[in-house]
Amino acid sequence: MIHIGPYIEQFINWLTLHFAGLFDAIKIVVESIVNGVEWVFMFPPFYVIILLIAFLAWKRTGLGVTILTLLGLTLIWAMGYWAQTMATLALILSSAFIALLLGIPVGIWAAKNPMAKKIIRPILDFMQTMPAFVYLIPAVLFFGLGKVPGAFATIIFAMPPAVRLTTLGISQVPEDIVEATRSFGATSRQLLFKVELPLALPTILAGVNQTIMMALSMVVISAMIAAGGLGEVVLKGITQLKIGIGFEGGISVVILAIILDRITQSFGSKKVKISD
Amino acid sequence: MSILKIEDLTLIFGKEKEEALSLLKKGSTKAEILKETGCTVAVKNAAFEIEKGEFFVIMGLSGSGKSSLLRCLNRLIEPTSGNVILNEVNITSLGDKELQDVRRKEMAMVFQKFGLLPHRTVLENVAFGLELQDIPEKEREEKAKKVIELVSLQGYENQPTAALSGGMQQRVGLARALANEPEILLMDEAFSALDPLIRTQMQDELIDLQKTMHKTIVFITHDLDEAIRLGDRIAIMKDGEIIQIGTPEEILTNPATDYVSSFVEKVDRKSIITAASLMFEKPTVAIFRKDGVEGTLRKMRSSGLTALPAVSTDKEFLGFVYLKDILEIKAKGHHTIEAAIISDIPVAYPETTVETMLPFIAENGRAVPIIDKDTRKLLGIVAQTSLLIETTGASWENITGNSIDNLQNEIL
Repeated sequence: MIHIGPYIEQFINWLTLHFAGLFDAIKIVVESIVNGVEWVFMFPPFYVIILLIAFLAWKRTGLGVTILTLLGLTLIWAMGYWAQTMATLALILSSAFIALLLGIPVGIWAAKNPMAKKIIRPILDFMQTMPAFVYLIPAVLFFGLGKVPGAFATIIFAMPPAVRLTTLGISQVPEDIVEATRSFGATSRQLLFKVELPLALPTILAGVNQTIMMALSMVVISAMIAAGGLGEVVLKGITQLKIGIGFEGGISVVILAIILDRITQSFGSKKVKISD
Repeated sequence: MSILKIEDLTLIFGKEKEEALSLLKKGSTKAEILKETGCTVAVKNAAFEIEKGEFFVIMGLSGSGKSSLLRCLNRLIEPTSGNVILNEVNITSLGDKELQDVRRKEMAMVFQKFGLLPHRTVLENVAFGLELQDIPEKEREEKAKKVIELVSLQGYENQPTAALSGGMQQRVGLARALANEPEILLMDEAFSALDPLIRTQMQDELIDLQKTMHKTIVFITHDLDEAIRLGDRIAIMKDGEIIQIGTPEEILTNPATDYVSSFVEKVDRKSIITAASLMFEKPTVAIFRKDGVEGTLRKMRSSGLTALPAVSTDKEFLGFVYLKDILEIKAKGHHTIEAAIISDIPVAYPETTVETMLPFIAENGRAVPIIDKDTRKLLGIVAQTSLLIETTGASWENITGNSIDNLQNEIL
């Protein structure tokens, strides 16, 4: 029998031991981001937040989503899960933000460099298909319990779509436009920022949407390592066999998911027509 | 002075370029190289010079390597060997920065598929080349607006390009290239994606622009009619090789290979072929004051002709003399042919096209004399048969059943 487990364990332990300083630094940064965002959501009265999100929904989508936002968020508040929902929202948005911050440049790199693409692809497959629970173990070893390991696991799980769709978007920029840009003496930087990224934007925004949705799917899992939020409510329902609480938490997640999905999708769907 | 000089340029696609190149130098054919190294020879030893202000057309079918050759000029594709020399600067050895500079200021390109930025307006697209040079927004918009006027796109400045028709989009593409004020315009099948009417219109406008702006243009096309319409000179490419370079007329009248002739056959020649190339030089003439009535009759008898062009002793064209008139004045006792010269005859110049000469057939019923514009000296004559051949595309034998020896007989 072959056991690769021990080696991985040794590797993780080695990382924990030798990079403790780095992990601490990461922990401080991530924690302050998550807490900062959470503070922003918790500071104003709940109705201000509800109205703001509803206004955004009204601007970006239609009447339906706006009404759903108003009713849904009010329901969450009425059920008494406002604080948990905002904690979850903060965790998701921070994780998604970091995932995009890392994922988009990697995606650009993969689009530009075939070798990088070859290496990155299997890593993304691994990140996406590995059962998400498995990330919890090293996350806890690196960062202890709490929001930061939750964010860490979420970032790893949510990053692949950002990378993939960025790569796709940039590779889809028509060759003749790239060639024309080069023929006018563009530097690679000008090509990227003036042509490729703007043209890839709808696809990249689809990646943003996917990343946020993936992050949302980690809510309950990350609650297992005390990341808090709505996941904790659902987890309580499961562990204490309280069907009511479980569903209340679940419904809150669903409401949040629909609102986030519709609003972020609206940014991606403003398609730029690409001439053939 | 030539502005652009291409020296022994070869382009090979594939992994084992070096090996392919040495095989090519040893004289292997394209097919042999492909078999041995897996490399494709896209351009083989291209060499030519383009003059300042010249409209140079490279014509070939798809796969002939013409577009690849064009891309070697601004190194969108790196040539495998050879030099591209622009104003005595070897482009092929420039570093990235200098190459960018050449692309920004000296060579601008127009593409078959336009290559416009769909997320930008017409104005932003036209100003794009200037934007890449970090020219301030105000200045580049001013320049762009001028060029937009030049290509008649006023009023469309703030339209997104995706909303425009093909012809309009290519105007934007042309304007974008002109906005950089390049010395050389590279045009890659620029009008091939447009429908025929728009294409002709764009060709005319390009010719007009060329007349006023005196740009040097390298134009790629697969359409010989287009090449002939636009080009001062045409290079014909086949399988990566340039097989003939010449003016449209040289190519039409003197195709270098069967391949070229097979193209030339389909071309509408009327507006291209000029009198100079159809002209029968040194025809038998009656020289006024030297040849009298008797002398003229003798010349007619020996050549078997019933009509001769009459010229002065300085070879100045005077008109035609006909056998029946000569006999008539002989009977009246004239000694010179003066009374028999019919001077009311339409003439043409060497650069007159067949198209213009055609109506003369009806008027003259005879050959068309070709004279020098200034000295009015007779240079030669063009037979109506020749005109008919050029118009209908039939061969000599079909019309005359005769050999070239009897040419003047046919002519008059």
